[in-house]
Amino acid sequence: MEAKVQQFPPYREPEAPHGHAAHDDHGHQGEHAHHEPNFWQKYIFSSDHKIIGIQYGFTALCFMLFGFFLMLLMRWQIAHPGKPVPFFGEILEKILGSGVAPGGAISPDLYNSFGAMHGTIMVFLGIVPLAFAAFGNYVVPLMIGAPDMAFPRVNMASYQAYFLGGLVMFVSFFIPGGAAQAGWTSYSPLATSIPTHGQLFWIIGMVLLITSSLLGAVNFVVTIIQLRAPGMTWMRLPFFVWAQFVTAFILLLAFPPLEAASVMQLMDNVAHTSFFLPTGLAVGGQLAHISGGGSPLLWQHLFWFLGHPEVYVLILPAMGIVCEVLANNTRKPIWGYKSLVYAVLAVGFLSFIVWAHHMYMTGMGTKISTFFQATTMIISIPSVIILTCFFMSLWGGSIRFNTPMLFTLAFLPMFGIGGLTGLPLGFNVSDVHLHDTYYIIAHFHYVVAPGTIFALFAGVYYWYPKITGRRMNEFWGRVHFWCSLTFMNLVFMPMFAQGMAGMLRRMSDGGANYSAAVNSRAGAEVIGGLSGNMMALHVWILWAAIGLGLAQIPFIINIFWSMGHGEKVNDNPWEATTLEWQTPTPPPHGNFTREMHVYRGAYDYSAPGHASDFTPQNEPESPTAPKIVIATH
Amino acid sequence: MSDSHQTKTAALPAVDEHPVDYKSYLVRCAAIFAAVLCAVGAMIYISYLPEYGWSAKVAMILTVASVNAFLVAGFLMHLLSEKKLIYTVLAFTVFFVAGLFVLTIYAMHDFPTGTQLH
Amino acid sequence: MEIPYNVQPRPDTGLYNAKLGIWLFLASEVMLFGGLFSAYILLRVGAAPGYWPHGWLDVRFGTFNTILLALSAITTLLAWVACKVGEFGKFKFFHACTIVLALTFLGVKMYEYHDKWIHYEIKLNDGTFADGHFESAVYVNKATDQEQEVSSYQGLAYSEVSGGATNNYVLSSVTLDGRIVQDETLLYDLRSQKHIERAPVKVPADKITSMENYGPWHNTFLAIYFTLTGLHALHILGGTFVIGYMWGPGSKMWKTNREQFTNRIEVSGLFWHFVDLVWIFLFPVLYLT
Repeated sequence: MEAKVQQFPPYREPEAPHGHAAHDDHGHQGEHAHHEPNFWQKYIFSSDHKIIGIQYGFTALCFMLFGFFLMLLMRWQIAHPGKPVPFFGEILEKILGSGVAPGGAISPDLYNSFGAMHGTIMVFLGIVPLAFAAFGNYVVPLMIGAPDMAFPRVNMASYQAYFLGGLVMFVSFFIPGGAAQAGWTSYSPLATSIPTHGQLFWIIGMVLLITSSLLGAVNFVVTIIQLRAPGMTWMRLPFFVWAQFVTAFILLLAFPPLEAASVMQLMDNVAHTSFFLPTGLAVGGQLAHISGGGSPLLWQHLFWFLGHPEVYVLILPAMGIVCEVLANNTRKPIWGYKSLVYAVLAVGFLSFIVWAHHMYMTGMGTKISTFFQATTMIISIPSVIILTCFFMSLWGGSIRFNTPMLFTLAFLPMFGIGGLTGLPLGFNVSDVHLHDTYYIIAHFHYVVAPGTIFALFAGVYYWYPKITGRRMNEFWGRVHFWCSLTFMNLVFMPMFAQGMAGMLRRMSDGGANYSAAVNSRAGAEVIGGLSGNMMALHVWILWAAIGLGLAQIPFIINIFWSMGHGEKVNDNPWEATTLEWQTPTPPPHGNFTREMHVYRGAYDYSAPGHASDFTPQNEPESPTAPKIVIATH
Repeated sequence: MSDSHQTKTAALPAVDEHPVDYKSYLVRCAAIFAAVLCAVGAMIYISYLPEYGWSAKVAMILTVASVNAFLVAGFLMHLLSEKKLIYTVLAFTVFFVAGLFVLTIYAMHDFPTGTQLH
Repeated sequence: MEIPYNVQPRPDTGLYNAKLGIWLFLASEVMLFGGLFSAYILLRVGAAPGYWPHGWLDVRFGTFNTILLALSAITTLLAWVACKVGEFGKFKFFHACTIVLALTFLGVKMYEYHDKWIHYEIKLNDGTFADGHFESAVYVNKATDQEQEVSSYQGLAYSEVSGGATNNYVLSSVTLDGRIVQDETLLYDLRSQKHIERAPVKVPADKITSMENYGPWHNTFLAIYFTLTGLHALHILGGTFVIGYMWGPGSKMWKTNREQFTNRIEVSGLFWHFVDLVWIFLFPVLYLT
C-alpha cells in the first residue's frame, strides 16, 4: 500500500514575489492582511467555504422549518376539512386574503399550493442545501486537507443563486393567485393550464436553484479531485467525501435535463408553445388555444431523469454522515470500506437509469416497464450493501451512545423501512395498486424524514463542536432524539395502512368527500371506500405531527443556547481520526496551521499497539510500532 | 512588479509539456478550417439529393456532422491530447445522454398491446 | 492563502483546477442540450404525418453563420496560442476577430428571427391558406370610415389615443407577400417544391378565420427552433461577454500573471468551442433536415 502513496511536490507554492500574490489570485482579492474584513465581507459576501457552509445551513434549516409548517397546516386541513385553522387561520386570511383562506380555513387551491411548495421547499431548498451544500462546504475541504474550495468565488455565487431562488419561491406565496399548485413534480399540462403566475415563479426559482447546484457540483468535484492533501489517496478518503463526490456528479449530470425541461415549460407558459401540450387539449371544457403536437410524457421523462437521481442526492450525503459518526462512536474501523466505496459508485451510476419506475401508470408498455423494474431491483443491491456495512460495523464495537450516535443508530432501521417498502413500488404489478396513495408518501418520507433528516441531525450534533468550540447539550439532545423518533413513526407508520386501504395522496379533504360519496350508495358493496378507521387516522397523524413539531423546539433552543453556554471542548472532542479535527477550533481562514500529510486510512480506530484508541490520518507511521495491516485500507 | 513579471515569464516554458510552434498551429488551423468547410458543404449537398428519403438523409448528414464535431473537439479543443480524467468524465456524460435518448424514445413507442399512437 | 493547483497542473491528474472545472461544466452543458435534443427527436417523431416542416429556414443564412462560428473557433484557438508564445499583440487581434464574428453571428440570427416574426399563415374561411411575409394591413377608423394603411400587424382591432380623442380601428384587409395554397401540408414541405411563386396576396378581413405569425407558438418545430437557437444565442452572448472582458479590462492580468491569463484564455476558449460544437449539430438538424 505504501508504494501507492504519491508524494506530491510541496503543497504550497514558493512564496510569490512581493506585491504579486495580492493581485493575481482572483479568488482572494482583499483577503490578505491589508485590512480586517467588516461584517458584510466576513459573513454575507464571504468566499470562505466555512462561512458559506454556515450560510447554507442556516438558510436551509429556516426553509425546512417553513416547509414543516406548511405540512402542519395541510395536516390540519386533512384531519378537519374546511374548519378554520386555530390561531394561524386568522394570520393566513390576513396575509393571503379571504379568497384563498376564507375565514381562516384552507381552500383546496391553497392546499394544492401548500402541497406543491412543501415538496419543493423540503427537497430543493431544505435537504439538498443542508446535506450537500452546507455539510459538504464546511466539512469536505477540511476532511481532505484543503485550504478552501477550488473556486471560492464560484462557491459564493452558488449560495447567492440558491438564496435568490429561495426568495423567488417564497415570494410566490404572496402574489395574486398564490404559489404553484401543480405539485412538486409540476406535471404538464396541469402546470401550464392553471391560470395563475405561481408556476412561472416556480420555474424561475427552479432555474436559479439548478444553476446554484451546478456551480456547487463543479466546485465539489474539482475540489475533491484536485485539492486532496499529499498522501490523501482515493482509498484513504473518508466515506463522507466519497458520498459527496458521487452526489456532486449526480447533480452535475442529472440536473441539466430538468433545466432543459424548465426552459421548455417556461416557453409553454410565456410564449405559448406546446412542448408538453398535446393536440386536442381541453382546459375547463374548452379546446385550448394552442398549436398542440407536444408530449406531456416528455416532461415526466425529463423531470424524473433528474427526479430519481435526486433521491440519491438526498440520501447519499446522509449515509456519509452516518458513516463518520458510526466509525467514531463504535471506536473501530468501518466494516467493508472498499465495498462501501464501490457500492456508492454503483448507486450513483445506476441512479441514472431507473427513473421511469415513477411512470408505470402512464401507459408505458410492458417491455420498457420490465427494463426499469429490473434496474430498480438491481440498484437496491448496492444500497443494501451500504446498509449492511453499517450494521456490521456495530458488531463488537464499544459503542458510545451520545446524541449524534443515537440519531445515527435510528437512521439504520428507519432507512431500512423506507428502502424495503420501496420494493413493492418498484415492481410494476404491485405499483398499480399503491401508486399515488399514502403508501408512497409513507415510503419516501421514511427514506427522507427519519432517514436523511435524522442523519442531518446527527451531523449537526457531531460537527457543532468544530464550528463553535462547544458541545450541544446532551440531555436536551436526547429529549430531541426520543421525541423525534417516536412522533416520526407515529406520523408515517399509519400512512402505510391508509395507502394500502386506497387513500389517494392529493385529496385536499383527506378523502372525506370520496368516502362519503361511495358509502352513501345504500346497501351497495363498498369497493375502495375508505373506512371510518382509516379516516380517523388522519386526526392521529395530525396530533403526532404537532408533537413532532414541538419535539424540534429543544433542538432549536439547544443550537442557540449552546453557542454561549455549551460545554467547552478541545479541538478533537470526539477523538476522531479524520483531518477536520486536526485544525484549530473554529478553523481559521485557510483552515490548517501546519502542512497536512496523510499517512493512513480514514478510520484507524483502536489500532493494536497504539497508545490511544484512535490514530489521526496525519500521524506518521512510527518506525517502532508493529506493522498492522488493516483490511479497510 | 517588473521583476515578478519576469520570473513568471521565465518559468513559463519550463512547465509547458508541448512546446508551442506558432507556425505549425497556423497551418493546422487552416487545414481544420478547410475540412470544416468541406463537411458543411457535404451536409448541404446531401440534404438536396433527391433520391434519398429523409431518414437516410438524416443519418448521412448526422454522420458528417459528427465528423465535423470530431474535428472541432479533437483538434480545436485539443481533446485528442487530453488527460484520462477528462475522458472518464466525458464517457459517463455520453453514456447518460445516450441513455436519456434511447430509453425515452423507446418508452414513448412501447405501448401496451391494443393501443394506438394516433 | 493560495488555492493549490490554481495555475500549475496537479501532477497526478495533469490538470489545473479551472480546466477540470470547465470540462465538468461542459459535461453538464452536454446534458442540457441533450435534454433539448431529445425533446426535438420526440416532437419530430411524434408530429402528425406531413406536419414536420422541411426547408423553413434559409440555408444561406445558416451556412453563413456556420462559417462565422467555425472561423471564430479558429481565431479563439490562435488567440490562446498567441498567449502561449507570448505575443500579446496577436492575441488582441485574434480575439478582436472572435468578438466581431460573434456579434455578426448574433446580428444574422436576429435578422432570421425577424424574418419568422413577420411571416404569417392565414387560415381562410374557404378552407385555403394564405402564407407569406407581412406587407401591409389596412384598418378602418370606425368613427370616420377613414382607411389607414399600416406596415405592421396590429391585431384584428386596435385603439389609438391622439389629441384627447380615442380612435377605434378595425382590420379591413391584410396584404402578404406570398401565396395561397389549398393543402396546408404544402406549407410544411418546402424542400420538395422546386420553385415557389411569391406575389402580393390581399386578404379581406372577413375571409380570415385565424391569423398567426411564425412565432414559437405556431407549431412545435418553431417552438424547439426558437428555444434551441435562443439558448444557443444566450451562450454566444455569455461567451462574448467573457471573451470581451478578457480582451478588454481582464487583459491587465497579462502583465501581472501571464500564466494564469493564458489559462483563462484556454478555458474561455474551450467554452467557445463547445458553443461552436452545439451549432455544428443545430445547423443540420434545423436547417437541412
